[in-house]
Amino acid sequence: MGGHLNINHLLFLGHGALWTLGLSLIALIGGGIAGFAIALARISPLKSVRIVSATYVQLIQGTPLLVILFLGYFGLAAIGLRVSPLIAAGVSLTLYVAAYLGEIWRGSIQSVPKPQWEAAEGLALSRTQRMTKVILPQAIRIATPPTVGFMVQIVKNTSLASVVGFVELMRSGQIVNNSLFEPFAIYAIIAVVYFAMCYPLSLFSQRLERRMGRGRINLGPA
Amino acid sequence: MQQNNSPTTPIVSLRDVQKSFGSLKVLDGVSFAVERGEVLAIIGRSGSGKSTALRCIDRFEEVDSGEIVVCGHRVDLPDVDLRALRQDVGIVFQSYNLFPHLTIEQNITLALCSVKRMAAAQAKELAQKVLAQVGLEEKLHAYPEQLSGGQQQRAAIARSLAMQPKVMLFDEVTSALDPELTAEVLKVIEALAADGMTMVMVTHEMGFAKSIADRIVFMHRGKVHETGPASMLAAPKTPELTQFVGTGNLKS
Amino acid sequence: MGIQLDFPAVLERWPSFLAGAALTLELALFATVLGALFGTLVAVGRGAHRAPIARACKVYVEAIRNTPLLVQIFLVYFGLASIGLKLSAFTVAIAALTINVGAYTAEIMRAGFEAIPRGQIEAAEGLALSRFQIYWHIILLPAVERVYPALTSQFVLLMLASSVCSQISAEELTAVANYIQSDTYRAFETYIIVAVLYIVLSLMMRAGFWGLGLVLFPRRRRLGTPL
Repeated sequence: MGGHLNINHLLFLGHGALWTLGLSLIALIGGGIAGFAIALARISPLKSVRIVSATYVQLIQGTPLLVILFLGYFGLAAIGLRVSPLIAAGVSLTLYVAAYLGEIWRGSIQSVPKPQWEAAEGLALSRTQRMTKVILPQAIRIATPPTVGFMVQIVKNTSLASVVGFVELMRSGQIVNNSLFEPFAIYAIIAVVYFAMCYPLSLFSQRLERRMGRGRINLGPA
Repeated sequence: MQQNNSPTTPIVSLRDVQKSFGSLKVLDGVSFAVERGEVLAIIGRSGSGKSTALRCIDRFEEVDSGEIVVCGHRVDLPDVDLRALRQDVGIVFQSYNLFPHLTIEQNITLALCSVKRMAAAQAKELAQKVLAQVGLEEKLHAYPEQLSGGQQQRAAIARSLAMQPKVMLFDEVTSALDPELTAEVLKVIEALAADGMTMVMVTHEMGFAKSIADRIVFMHRGKVHETGPASMLAAPKTPELTQFVGTGNLKS
Repeated sequence: MGIQLDFPAVLERWPSFLAGAALTLELALFATVLGALFGTLVAVGRGAHRAPIARACKVYVEAIRNTPLLVQIFLVYFGLASIGLKLSAFTVAIAALTINVGAYTAEIMRAGFEAIPRGQIEAAEGLALSRFQIYWHIILLPAVERVYPALTSQFVLLMLASSVCSQISAEELTAVANYIQSDTYRAFETYIIVAVLYIVLSLMMRAGFWGLGLVLFPRRRRLGTPL
């Protein structure tokens, strides 16, 4: 049983790949904005703000993304809040990305050399001015390689959205497999597509890191 | 290929050694010899090739042509027995290069057990002995980061000494040390010389070289310009050595 | 209409949760040990003199790091089935997790190897140590000590990632959660409990690795400073 892989299947997969990129972008933008807020909160002069944001990061980083997805989809549905797979996946990934980017960016801000902070204070700039004019521009430079590296994680993590029914690349593959019954071949093709999306980002991140002249150990959530 | 180790054969001899790094000629016909029990100091400007010449003796650099004989080993040939050569030759580096994850004792016993196949107890005993020789007995179980620069260098000397080499090479071993730490290391080297160890040292410490070296080799731009006892520094024959002695190149 | 949460109804299923957590830990530990060994071999292979070996290792690492774990698990699962091997979900999960963490471990170890200063290798050569002895005593062991914190983080991430194995019916914690929530209709409470359990497992693993580090690295135990 099962037919042959034809152009319709490939188009369907391609459509799924586009949604992979789309969901990645949603997670990046949403998670980026929230992550920026978290990064600032982590270094806030207010202790309560620091504790709350730190707790958030610890909670998210200590929970598998799949569980967060399930919480967002089945969990919310069970208490009466029905959401579409897209919204569930989008929100879950946003919360996830926010925690990790928040940590990366916090680290980058704190990596800006102490003399820079002191110079900014010495110039009698307000805290906001210090951040926007002196610290953040330099932090952005430091943050760019690991952020680009993390974008690879985002793209890979969208594959889990398939489990809550969102039709991105992985789910497209499962659907195609249901008619062709060639799982190994199909998933091999899907692996290649993911590789094609992620490898350029990885290379770019490595090139950025080399230019920064900083040796960094690349951690990757699997 | 072994050669006769008769008392008249120099224990280290370099003959017309040539070496280039790419287009840069670093050694241009270097020749000198070291007798058993002799202390030879090699001096010269940065870039004169003195460190390269020293490293060639223990085959840390490969020569393009020329002959190097060390303790009967033909070091210039590709089939030289490195393991045997490096048990006969000990080398101490400018940056000490102690193994940071091991205690000082372990730094010394590692090669004793792995290379000389000594029993652990025997190795520990020998480690204690050489450390006492350099004045560091109480640092047996310390880690390198807990020692000062001078202490680390003395420990590095002890580590090489424990292998009971026939020749010891010192590559600018005090250049990285503060002046007050230099003295303790020089004292150890002086004691070794007095014990009759054959030594070749590259150094900037002119006062020290003058006092303990039997002969001095002056190198300039990859060539040996002058060789002779320490007195030759007071009466330089070549303009290069005259300039070298005259300028502040030397730490008296 | 208020939201009514009923935690006790779910909490009374604690034996199942415990069994799932135990299996998650088992998966994580097996994959950690096997992956650490395999990853170290690959890291050594990256620096091999023979170009095909070095290239093969690089291809493996890049392939794993640029594809999702879910895809890798399915490939291992269906790949093994297609060559006729009927293995338990547990075994397949360990195989896939090992292959995955091996690549990340290889990268971490390679960074550790490259951080060893050339001078120490020269000193070891000067002491007549053999190539193998130098690799073991001067490169490998210190590298492990140096990258130990990164390795610890990686293996904790592995434990969290094992939740994906629920998709091939391995009965680890997330699979247990899925079953219980479909049985009790209390999805929200179930997944909250499971999230808490994962956090507890993370803390347990970190504590375990920290203790192991004290045993393995006497220098760290005595001095408390990183290498």
